[in-house]
Amino acid sequence: MQLRPLAVCAIVFFTAGLAVSSFAGFREFIPGLLQGAAITIQITIGGSLLAVVMALIAAMAKMYGPLPLRWLAVAYIEVFRGTSALVQLFWLFFVLPHFGVNLDPMAVAITALGLNVGAYGAEVVRGAVNAVARGQWEASVALNMPRALALRRIILPQAFVAMIPPWGNLFIELLKATALVSLITISDLTFKAQQMNQTTFRTVEIFTIVLVVYLALSVLITVGMRTLETFAARGIARGR
Amino acid sequence: MTTPMVKFDNVTKSYGALTVLDSLDLEIAPNEKVAIIGPSGSGKTTVLRMLMTLERINDGVIYVDGEPLTHMQKNGSLVPADERYLRRVRGNIGMVFQHFNLFPHMSAMKNCMEAPIHVLGLSKKEATERAAELLDMVGLGDKKDQYPSQLSGGQQQRVAIARALAMRPKVMLFDEVTSALDPELVGEVLNVIRRLGTEHNLTMLMVTHQMGFAKEFADRVCFFYGGKIAEQGKPDKIFSNPEEERTRQFLSAVLEAG
Amino acid sequence: MFWDWNYVWEITPTLLRASVVTIQATLLGFLLAAVLGLVLAILRMSKTGWISVTAAGFVEFIRSTPVLIQIFFIFFVFPEFGIVLPAMAAGVIALGLHYGSYCSEVYRAGLENVPKGQWEASTALNLSPYITFRDIIIPQAIPPVVPALGNYLVALFKETPLLSAIAVLELMQTAKILGSQSFRYVEPITLVGGFFLVMSLVAAAFIRQLEAYLNRTLRNPGGAR
Ligand SMILES: Nc1ncnc2c1ncn2[C@@H]1O[C@H](COP(=O)(O)OP(=O)(O)O)[C@@H](O)[C@H]1O
Ligand SMILES: [Mg+2]
Repeated sequence: MQLRPLAVCAIVFFTAGLAVSSFAGFREFIPGLLQGAAITIQITIGGSLLAVVMALIAAMAKMYGPLPLRWLAVAYIEVFRGTSALVQLFWLFFVLPHFGVNLDPMAVAITALGLNVGAYGAEVVRGAVNAVARGQWEASVALNMPRALALRRIILPQAFVAMIPPWGNLFIELLKATALVSLITISDLTFKAQQMNQTTFRTVEIFTIVLVVYLALSVLITVGMRTLETFAARGIARGR
Repeated sequence: MTTPMVKFDNVTKSYGALTVLDSLDLEIAPNEKVAIIGPSGSGKTTVLRMLMTLERINDGVIYVDGEPLTHMQKNGSLVPADERYLRRVRGNIGMVFQHFNLFPHMSAMKNCMEAPIHVLGLSKKEATERAAELLDMVGLGDKKDQYPSQLSGGQQQRVAIARALAMRPKVMLFDEVTSALDPELVGEVLNVIRRLGTEHNLTMLMVTHQMGFAKEFADRVCFFYGGKIAEQGKPDKIFSNPEEERTRQFLSAVLEAG
Repeated sequence: MFWDWNYVWEITPTLLRASVVTIQATLLGFLLAAVLGLVLAILRMSKTGWISVTAAGFVEFIRSTPVLIQIFFIFFVFPEFGIVLPAMAAGVIALGLHYGSYCSEVYRAGLENVPKGQWEASTALNLSPYITFRDIIIPQAIPPVVPALGNYLVALFKETPLLSAIAVLELMQTAKILGSQSFRYVEPITLVGGFFLVMSLVAAAFIRQLEAYLNRTLRNPGGAR
């Protein structure tokens, strides 16, 4: 993400949006939007954690697991990448209860988004592990390390740095996908925006502010991941 | 005295703090063949690229056929040329590159027709005739419909020469056109250039490491060193009896390498 | 009973009719994305500072915010400025904008991969910027990125269910309506999921073939030597 042009355009957009709006009565909808933003953040964090766990498990299973497990991982990855997040969300929300599984909407949201992004993450993990030099594997074999140990101590730490930028993108995709949960009655930022829109009719102001809040969260993720990358790269360099 | 075909008047070119060409003065007569030699990094390519208007210059003026190339007249004074002016004057000059730069998605024929049609406004028929004639001249009459990837390096470079000639330039620039070729293919390209020299009225500037060819072909040899012309003169003189120590060192280094 | 085949046969024709809307939205949206992406990519290469910065900022902005909000923005906010669009048009424009931003990055990679020598040869031949783009640069920049564009076509296809949020009668919305009428959501939503899965897998396989074909022909235009 290029932050500087983004900042320029965001400021232009925001001022243009506010120029046509009136400041009076922000009190009517700002608190509601903030509550919504808090829910959005919770789902983003929960979904991201689940996505990372699922990605690691699925990638390891696909690459090194025994055959049935490998098939399961492939099926998981293909199904969740082959259908859209909204379909998955609706499926968990509308269909699971028919099977007697009653999750509350927040759990459905975090599960669906985590599983969805985890499927994409699995391919990121796989790519990064494959990109670690062959020589590293061969050295581990030469030292008679068990494969799991080599993976954990030698390969993954090196792959970790390479994974950070694509994971940054995936977390942003997940943040964006949280807007979908408004369609299964969770009062996240998007839901609140529509609700406030219907009660206050401050359409321009509300949607401008909501766009900028999502943008700010995206930038936050980018900056966070860049910082992490810097530290991780330094750590690896020192470790060597 | 006739107006020079090309004139560098006190031209300076720098990249940031690095001055690549320092107050260059150079005049080339119509129909003259000039060989440019010199060590790597001495600014030879830059001279050609400035003349082709691929690089802007920092100071001085370049004239082609008596007309300023890098500048245009505006209210009685010279100001740096804009893109429109450049489009008008650039047509006097053609260039052949070290790495051919043929258009890979076009056949040899199409490579030679593209600019005549879209720049000179030739009809498709005229452009076809001209391209065919030029490809015949460079000995590729039977390869007209081949794509660059189907041709050898020497053949590609000959197509590139035909492509430049199709624009009927007055000045042709050759930048180490045989350096990227396998040794056995150098001769066929040099032969084409030789024929151009005798059969066409062309002013030619060539950067080359083929000292034998420079000696036999050029009217004048310029030895570049550190962004300046360290020595220039008739090929016989430069190659057999150079005045400058630097020229002598360079030539003996080149000849030793074979 | 979890799964009722009779019900499946009953709703299949309705869903098939709705899938036409889904496919229409996909194709129109992608057409917009493909054109807009190229325009944005070219603007981003502009030597004029403010043009390239604006294009870059626009792309990053669109990519950093949810497409659902962009759909709402076009559907709810534009009318405040007198631009009233039918739901389908608003949805198609939002999807086209969003994926146009993604496509612009793909085009940019393609454009940047055209060797500098091609630009220089075009200048040396005195070709105008327009002809240079049209005849020299674009034909070399686009074929290698067609598979990447294809992936975004599939991604856009998978996002069309979002149009249900503004009540476009595409597959998802139709499935939801069917579900609410019969109180059976299992079949319609599973069928929709299955439809997307099958289409995506088929498209992915097709793109892989195309990629292999392009790899073969691009390296060697005009056939084998
Ligand atoms: N685009 C550029 N940016 C910075 N320096 C450059 C650039 N092009 C050439 N130079 C420098 O200019 C000098 C002359 O280059 P060039 O004319 O290519 O030399 P030659 O052709 O004689 O080998 C070299 O020191 C080279 O590094
Ligand atoms: Mg050079």
